[in-house]
Amino acid sequence: MSEDRTPQVPTEEGRSQTPRDARGPALTTRGTPPGPPIRRREGDEIHPFPEMAVGEGDVRTAGESPEVMPGSSLWRDAWKRLLRNKLAVFGMVVVCFIIVAVIIGPPIIKALTGYEYDTIPNDPALTNSFPPLTAPDGKSFSWTHPLGTDSAGRDMLARILQGGRISLMVGIIATFVSILIGVTYGATAGYLGGKVDDVMMRIVDVLYAIPYMMIVIVLLAFFGGRSPLQQIFLLFAALGAVSWLTMARIVRGQVMSLKNQEFVMAARAGGVSTPKIIFRHLVPNALGPVIVYATLTIPSVMLQEAFLSFLGLGVQAPYASWGSLAQEGIQNIAVFPWQLVFPGVTMALTLFSLNFLGDGLRDALDPQMRKF
Amino acid sequence: MLSFIIRRLLVTVPMVLVVVSLTWGLIRLAPGNFYTGEKKLPAAVEKNIRAKYCLDCPWYQQYGRVMKSILTLDFGHSLRYENETINEILMRTLPVSALLGLLAYLLALAVGVTFGTLAALKPNSKLDYASMAVAMLGISLPNFVLGPLLVLVFSLSLYWLPPARWAGFPSWNLVLPVITLSAVYMAYIARLTRSGMLEVLRSDYIRTARAKGLTEKEVVVRHALRGGLLPVVSFTGPALAFLITGTVVVERIFAMPGLGNYFINANLNRDEPLIIGIVAFISIAVLIFNLLVDIAYGFIDPRIRY
Repeated sequence: MSEDRTPQVPTEEGRSQTPRDARGPALTTRGTPPGPPIRRREGDEIHPFPEMAVGEGDVRTAGESPEVMPGSSLWRDAWKRLLRNKLAVFGMVVVCFIIVAVIIGPPIIKALTGYEYDTIPNDPALTNSFPPLTAPDGKSFSWTHPLGTDSAGRDMLARILQGGRISLMVGIIATFVSILIGVTYGATAGYLGGKVDDVMMRIVDVLYAIPYMMIVIVLLAFFGGRSPLQQIFLLFAALGAVSWLTMARIVRGQVMSLKNQEFVMAARAGGVSTPKIIFRHLVPNALGPVIVYATLTIPSVMLQEAFLSFLGLGVQAPYASWGSLAQEGIQNIAVFPWQLVFPGVTMALTLFSLNFLGDGLRDALDPQMRKF
Repeated sequence: MLSFIIRRLLVTVPMVLVVVSLTWGLIRLAPGNFYTGEKKLPAAVEKNIRAKYCLDCPWYQQYGRVMKSILTLDFGHSLRYENETINEILMRTLPVSALLGLLAYLLALAVGVTFGTLAALKPNSKLDYASMAVAMLGISLPNFVLGPLLVLVFSLSLYWLPPARWAGFPSWNLVLPVITLSAVYMAYIARLTRSGMLEVLRSDYIRTARAKGLTEKEVVVRHALRGGLLPVVSFTGPALAFLITGTVVVERIFAMPGLGNYFINANLNRDEPLIIGIVAFISIAVLIFNLLVDIAYGFIDPRIRY
């Protein structure tokens, strides 16, 4: 980015609404009020150039979360752009619907039919896989099991919803782990630069080439199986630990483009420590791409979890995830196809929506990042 | 160029050692081993086995044995499979997996590049939206759902294609596994091609090509594709790593005697030498392949200098 050569910082009206003012005293080298130069913008006008949206001056400042900054129009603009993207809105609606269903569904089913995800009926005549919407006599219509039952007579809908809880949880928590690692790593490398950056990024390059799924499989096979809950925690850690690489690259790139701006110089001149500059000043400004990429990491982690569960290494009974449900379904695919179709379709729909939402967010927040 | 290759090879060797050491360390740290299974061995037998495989040796001797086996590329015997050495297992299973992977990737390239290019030529057309939606579906539909669904439709309902089993090459048995495996790559390649081509088609040299009167076909095939496919080329590296996990699933669904199936079984059996052998072998293969991709990249894109 070209440096602004004029000694005067733009007048206050350009950014009177930005929360930068709320950040308290910070000094640039000239003792002028803080803040990088901002081109003037009229109201809610969409940025004519995408690079003005993120990575330059008019992003949020340190230490504030999106909710507490009504004045920042980056997020409002992004929101408007997101709403204009029909596929992204579709994705958002479906994702919200599935999250709500997964949270409130199981108790509702329990209240209505008495079935939980692991309820095996006492009556041996009922421990059988019934097609969707049929009563146990196999012919007449009934709402008891809208998606049928599995081979032990357990309600498929309850199992799919319960499986969704686990699948989504693995996706979100593992993504969170990957954000923690990736952001810390990438921001450190980007800010320190030079030899440190070279070495750190070379390590990332090296890790990229490793077929890490093999190591995850070994890890799960050898350390898992002590208790189902432990296995799930192992999944969080293992999947998070291997999916931070791209995040680190993205954050590094952002930080590199931000670190020579005045507000960083000001912080440094003010004697702020390096870790604090990285995490309070640089990372918050790189948040847009992080959110976008995190949205895209969730489906990929969920897919990996399903893959591992499908191999019998992931989530284990009595817990179920969409992957392990699909794996159970495949055993009986010729006779009871609904056992595979429903969990499979639910999962595909969720991933589909998450991917569209992620794509839409990327286009809204950071149109520069278009790839894949 | 040569110095680049040498430098990369110098990095590659320690990387293989790191991957294998990591795997070995994980196996070592885990409680229990192959011999602590359900079946209790007589004490004397177990003692002999322990002596033979050096299981009571200090860790550095065991580690030394593993490293030696990698450097000499002789992985010894599996703990589970009787009549074959690990090298023989690798040689028998590798062609199956490699064939599946190769066919799937070629199919993905053909379909993905075609639709990606068509979509890029008419952005925001119906074809563009349709192919990108299908591509997104391909990315979102796990292959272990897609595979059985294909079996359900084409084998169990229509009786067109055999549902599983390996029957050599060529055979109809390969159709469903290859399609299942290639779906994800098709999708990724189509999306990569589209975005790459969109960028290239806007560039000056394409305008020049059009201005000097080339036909649209010549412009696209001879000029644009070369630049537009660069992202696809660089995707080939990560794709290989993906392909390995993909083949594991596909081999399991379609009962193919490939490397991935053996890898999972080896893990479930705690067959340490076989795990180490496969991990070492695949790491070497992936790293060499990545190197080849990087070299190829330099040839395709003359702007890249090593």
